[in-house]
Amino acid sequence: MSSSGKAGLSDDPQSQETCRSVHPVRGAGRADEHGFLRCGDNCSPSGGGFFGHDLEYGGLVGLGRFGGSAMDMADKRTSNMDRLRLGGGTSLVLALSCLALVAVAASLVTGPSDMSWRVALTALIQDNAGPETVVMREIRLPRAVLGALVGAALGLSGAAMQGLLRNPLAEPGLIGVSAMAALGAVIALQTGLVAAFALALPVFALIGAGSAVALLLLLAGPRGSSLVLILAGIAISALAAAATSLVLNLSPNPFAASEIIFWLMGSLADRSWNHVWLAAPLIVAGGVLLIFTGRGLDALTLGEDAAEALGIRLQRLRLMVVAGTALAVGAATAVTGAIGFVGLVVPHILRPLTGGLPSRLLPASALGGAVMVLAADALTQTLLPDRDLKLGVLTAFIGAPVFLHLIFRTRRAMA
Amino acid sequence: MSLLSVDGLTVMRGTCPVVDTVRFEIGAGEVVGLIGPNGAGKTTLMRGALGLLPSTGASSVAALPQRERAKAAAWLPQAREIAWPVTVETLVGLGRSPYLAGGRRLSADDENIVADALARMGLEGFAGRDATQLSGGEQARVLIARVLAQRTPLILADEPVAGLDPAHQFSLMRVFADLAATGTAVLVSMHDLSLAAQYCTRLLMMDRGKLIADGTPRDVLSDKLLRDVFHVTGRWDGDAFNVTAALEGAA
Repeated sequence: MSSSGKAGLSDDPQSQETCRSVHPVRGAGRADEHGFLRCGDNCSPSGGGFFGHDLEYGGLVGLGRFGGSAMDMADKRTSNMDRLRLGGGTSLVLALSCLALVAVAASLVTGPSDMSWRVALTALIQDNAGPETVVMREIRLPRAVLGALVGAALGLSGAAMQGLLRNPLAEPGLIGVSAMAALGAVIALQTGLVAAFALALPVFALIGAGSAVALLLLLAGPRGSSLVLILAGIAISALAAAATSLVLNLSPNPFAASEIIFWLMGSLADRSWNHVWLAAPLIVAGGVLLIFTGRGLDALTLGEDAAEALGIRLQRLRLMVVAGTALAVGAATAVTGAIGFVGLVVPHILRPLTGGLPSRLLPASALGGAVMVLAADALTQTLLPDRDLKLGVLTAFIGAPVFLHLIFRTRRAMA
Repeated sequence: MSLLSVDGLTVMRGTCPVVDTVRFEIGAGEVVGLIGPNGAGKTTLMRGALGLLPSTGASSVAALPQRERAKAAAWLPQAREIAWPVTVETLVGLGRSPYLAGGRRLSADDENIVADALARMGLEGFAGRDATQLSGGEQARVLIARVLAQRTPLILADEPVAGLDPAHQFSLMRVFADLAATGTAVLVSMHDLSLAAQYCTRLLMMDRGKLIADGTPRDVLSDKLLRDVFHVTGRWDGDAFNVTAALEGAA
């Protein structure tokens, strides 16, 4: 008994080892999470939903292993670059900050009204009492500010969620907040409350996001493990998607239905300072919560047990990530609709450049998210200026090839 | 000096006690081997003693505030998790996190401690390598180095030698013995009874949730306990112990 038990135990890690060299499964317990995510997604009726990120997610999840191993390879290459980089993440954050400023500027000089960038920026700084200043200060500036805020919210919460669940396929929509926010918005649109009160839509969406958190904590409980948290999130997402579909299904008014569908695609068009003031405090509050989870998420690299033994209060950490994500993403979805892929792709791209540590990835992802959303928004206005191209559609078109690239690289490496 | 004292510790799973009113103490300078068949409750006992599981009874470490626990005891779980592609140096540096205040940069002292932990585990050339790219045995050693970098007076390790090649099994046990010589206490669960007999100053034997023997390797690895608990026979040759055969009906 003893000798056979002994053999079994020492064989175990060896078989893990061979397994790892065939298809890198990094760390024990990962397979569970991948397997679980895959199952959860098959179960959720997201295929019928109108949420961009749900659809994308369903397609991606099956590729979990490949995505992971492709990332491993990317990291192998960059780990040699590690020592060349000075100070680790500082230079990356600086570079991304510059990129974000460029993206803000690009967003400010992009728009349907015909203005040279010189005129545009002058009109922004100096009130020329003409239409240019109104356009710059009341249309383009709030749009750029909102784009940066929403992008940062999505990038930051994506990185935090991946860190908490120790899974590169996690994304902020996983806990059901964006689906519930969308449901709230859809109800506001369907009931016609939007016509009566301009901010009814974001307010209803915020109520939706808030009830998602309440439901989540009710279902997962204060001690809920990460697994229970994902399960509850998927249940809530599925329920919200079903309710949204039901509203559309029963909608007597085809115009309201198409309005809903377009809103769900996500956009920054026609947003005012009111939207900024509504969302900004919540996004900032959520961002502050999330940025302070870095140390705990770093320790979680070693697994939940080891992190707790390193003095990390796991329950508090989970609560901070969930509350931070709910505030940031709930508010972002409330003002822009569902913008998929940003929270998934941005941490994925930046992880190898930050040396893998979640605490370094958090600020980088926030900046990267802002860059991606602003760039995509500028593209929506320049690619098809006559058509109202939706931001969420474009982020999906940008995000999918990034993953395709990873797949092809993995396949080449395996051949 | 007692570094861990556990009294009446009980961990329930449903209505079934997985660890049943266990009592022991571990003092400075001891390397205590925790042995017992699969499912005896070794891991649960260690997690309960660390306060990672709800339990009844007393444990001196679990009684500490959570932040202080991380400075009193380091824990090496059996599952070897490295979630993200970080360098070996970074991973081992996580062992310093209980000592870092708000700012999370490692000081020069911390860096020296990390380098020392790497050296103890024979990982000097690995510092800049991606930890997820290493072999299973190398990852195991990196994770042990993380525990050493925590520099706690007490180390609890759950089957740390599993998956290591024979030379590294011996060298790890020697690392524990060296640490004990400088006043650290080590509680290590293991299945290799020969290794346990050779390196542990004391053995705790568990069976079905109960601590049934606590004493020197020669006392604990007796014919009767080996037969009743492990269903094997063993033989002592001088100071070396070897399992000789599995008894009928052992499976």
